Amino acid sequence: MPLSDSFFGQKFGITEHDLQSYLSEALAAGGDYADLYFECLATSQLSIDESIVKSAVQGVSLGVGVRVISGERTGYAYSDDLSPEKIRKAARVAACIANGPAKVDKTGFTRNGGNSARGHDLYPIATSPSETSLAERVELVKRADRSARAADRRVFEVQASYVDSVREVLVATSDGVLSTDRQPLARLGVSVLAREGDGVAQRGYSGGGGRVGLEFFETEKTPEHFAREAVRQAIVQLGAAPAPAGEMTVVLGPGWPGVLLHEAVGHGLEADFNRKQVSAFSGRIGQQVASPLCTVVDDGTIRNRRGSLNVDDEGAATQENVLIEKGILRGYLFDKLSSRLLRSKTTGSGRRESYQHIPMPRMTNTFMLAGESDPQDIIRSTPRGLYCANFGGGQVDITSGNFVFSASESYLIEDGRITRPVRGAMLTGNGPEALKHVSMVGHDLQLDEGMGLCGKEGQSVPVGVGIPTIKIDRMTVGGTGG
Amino acid sequence: MIDLARQAVRLALDRGAKDAECTLAEGQEFSAHVRMRNLETLKDAGSRRAGLRVLVGKRVGSAHTSDLSSDGVLQMVKSALEIAEISTEDPFADLPDPSELGSLPGDLDLYSDDIQTIDTPARIKEALETEEAALSWDPRITNSEGASFSAHSGQRVFANSRGFFGGYRTSSCSLSTTPVARQGESMERDFWYSSARSHSKLDSPAAVGRRAAERTVRRLGARKVPTQKVPVIFDSVTARSLLGNIFEAVEGDSIYRKASFLAGKLGERVASENVTVIDDGCLPGLFGTSPFDDEGVPSRRTVVIDRGVLRSYLLNSYTARKLGLRTTGNAARGITGNAGVGHGNFFLEKGERSPEEIIRGIRQGLYVTELIGQGVNVVTGDYSRGAAGLWIENGEFAYPVSEITIAANLRQMLLDVEAAGSDLEFRGSVASPTLLIREMTVSGQ
Repeated sequence: MPLSDSFFGQKFGITEHDLQSYLSEALAAGGDYADLYFECLATSQLSIDESIVKSAVQGVSLGVGVRVISGERTGYAYSDDLSPEKIRKAARVAACIANGPAKVDKTGFTRNGGNSARGHDLYPIATSPSETSLAERVELVKRADRSARAADRRVFEVQASYVDSVREVLVATSDGVLSTDRQPLARLGVSVLAREGDGVAQRGYSGGGGRVGLEFFETEKTPEHFAREAVRQAIVQLGAAPAPAGEMTVVLGPGWPGVLLHEAVGHGLEADFNRKQVSAFSGRIGQQVASPLCTVVDDGTIRNRRGSLNVDDEGAATQENVLIEKGILRGYLFDKLSSRLLRSKTTGSGRRESYQHIPMPRMTNTFMLAGESDPQDIIRSTPRGLYCANFGGGQVDITSGNFVFSASESYLIEDGRITRPVRGAMLTGNGPEALKHVSMVGHDLQLDEGMGLCGKEGQSVPVGVGIPTIKIDRMTVGGTGG
Repeated sequence: MIDLARQAVRLALDRGAKDAECTLAEGQEFSAHVRMRNLETLKDAGSRRAGLRVLVGKRVGSAHTSDLSSDGVLQMVKSALEIAEISTEDPFADLPDPSELGSLPGDLDLYSDDIQTIDTPARIKEALETEEAALSWDPRITNSEGASFSAHSGQRVFANSRGFFGGYRTSSCSLSTTPVARQGESMERDFWYSSARSHSKLDSPAAVGRRAAERTVRRLGARKVPTQKVPVIFDSVTARSLLGNIFEAVEGDSIYRKASFLAGKLGERVASENVTVIDDGCLPGLFGTSPFDDEGVPSRRTVVIDRGVLRSYLLNSYTARKLGLRTTGNAARGITGNAGVGHGNFFLEKGERSPEEIIRGIRQGLYVTELIGQGVNVVTGDYSRGAAGLWIENGEFAYPVSEITIAANLRQMLLDVEAAGSDLEFRGSVASPTLLIREMTVSGQ
């Protein structure tokens, strides 16, 4: 697709000549590299609460970010006005980081990625959300509300929300890359409160989506699916006892519990932390950091997944990156800056929240490959332990490597059987150590349903996680029970 | 800007809205980040946003845009009206009563132009000095995630169809640094910062750097402790997060939904006598201060918990109507949509004893300096978080601990507050002195 047919070409008349001149302005004071990130984000958000559609919001955000890199230095400025004089002004501000003679040696752009023949086409969706009527989208939250209320008489409150967005991006770099992409994203979530008699209320939550169109919620994961799952989780919690405390065997169920990998391993392998030598994984490439049963990858190229991208936010094609292979640390996740400084290839991991943000190395979809064990055998082989079926969020201190994450649905394992539900379990461990205790990996790899949001240095980006059933022989569980 | 907001409101009324409210915000951000004595990142930019919420009968629609041209504003108005079409009538949807609207008089000291007078090289120098103070404090500090100087200034205006319009400017700046210390196999980081609405109120680079270094070095060689029940002291940093949990439990949204362990407890004892919690949006120069809330209701002081007795929830006009109460001027929203509930300066009153005295009184216990992860459920009060800190033996710090969790129920934790320290300091819109909780479960080995 020629630039003139792209979103920014058509709507704002931006030409390759314009882009060249902005990049020249950005590099006028020197610098090794410059890029432009144009973004137009259209969002809509609908929510139902007390069976009333109380809140609905539509919005549009438009802008351009200009970055100049000079050695280890980055200058950044942005504008929410796409007039040439405002973009040039931003370019001059970003250029302040550099000093020295101009060294622009580029000639033209080569097209990369983004819905084009040479790049990925990971989210060809039948109907873009913005092409459907709001009334159709409202029906999704109404159905979720009806279904959750009908599912169990103990449910006394239901909130459901549907959010979708279409992000148009254009990346132009001084090393000649020109990428465009159109990135849809949609998510449906249901939250319920349930109570038995006068007892304590418990919350259940379920949600999912991806880079999908409305049809996904009609055919693959319906509002009823998420509603029933949210209710099921709340009801399980009603019968749950306080979680035990102390060290024990932990079995993680498949899917979302893969957030363990995201916290325990993924963040510590982002190249910015390793360039600065502040990660617990710094300098450990080639070393054993997990049991030989563990192979962990970060793959931004899975069709329709929430963490997938045709091109990253620096215009580089995404790819599958092996982080840990049979327990051995193989690689880090690079953005452009860290790949320049560490003389490595970019891994297509440069991401940013918006045009107002500087890109950094981030995860896409992070998961462990399937093993050979039967999930039932994994549980049967555990005399006493904790089975975690679902998690809330987690966090890691990448320097010490210590991480935590909270289980939102967990059960005791007693004599090789899953017995009673427990609540409030918090798992804690150390990144380079925790996965060394993995003694069984199931054949049941599942990716999560598509609701992950990862925060780093104030920037949030959508991500995916996944894991098969795994057994970790030793992990600290924080709870209040005996 | 105020005129633009009023125009948007008028435009919405002309096109059929019964009521409308418009927020405009503009902001400038600057940051200089240095690392290992070199400048690494400079960012300097500004942006503007408009948001509109309309009522068509009892149906609500909202929209926002970054395009403040007349065409952009018109699109936003159309978009909000379009979206109101598909929402459902909400009998409680409304704006605050005109008698409740207004703005605090006088200068609240929210904007200072002394920040603007400091040029970029001077800002970079302050960041460099902050990092240097940390790096040179102790030989075990061998690395750094850097130091930053950042500055923000902005303006927020609000107008509604009940006759309210107003605006205010704010400024802020901050200095922070994150040193990394190493001893043998142990590598730890921590951080410290200072932030203020005027540059003159900022702590010195030396003070910020030294404090960051002290916090980092004392974590080296951390170990796990056996699982046990002990008294737990939250330092003034981690105690702030506890105050955040209390806020979530008293804000009107979770109250009318009965999604808080404090719902329906007005007038009851919910905490020990040592606990008095106040929300005050009027204190000059602080981060939680504003002349009016995000619905145009004047900020005020509300006693939330008075010596252990729950006295008031924090409400916006919607949650007040739901509960049959009056708004407490606590409406908060980004730029558009139905307002949620926020806080002004939300703090726990200080007590008599210094943190040192409180620590001296503990035979065996945990002093918490960092909490990570989410594990707080305000519906049930269940509380479980990852923690790091210092182990106390016979009234003194014995050794650092990490990779542990602390757990209890907030309901009991509030009743178990045995002491609030004398060290209350406003470093953000939530503040707390050091707090001693009688007993929590510490999980380790």
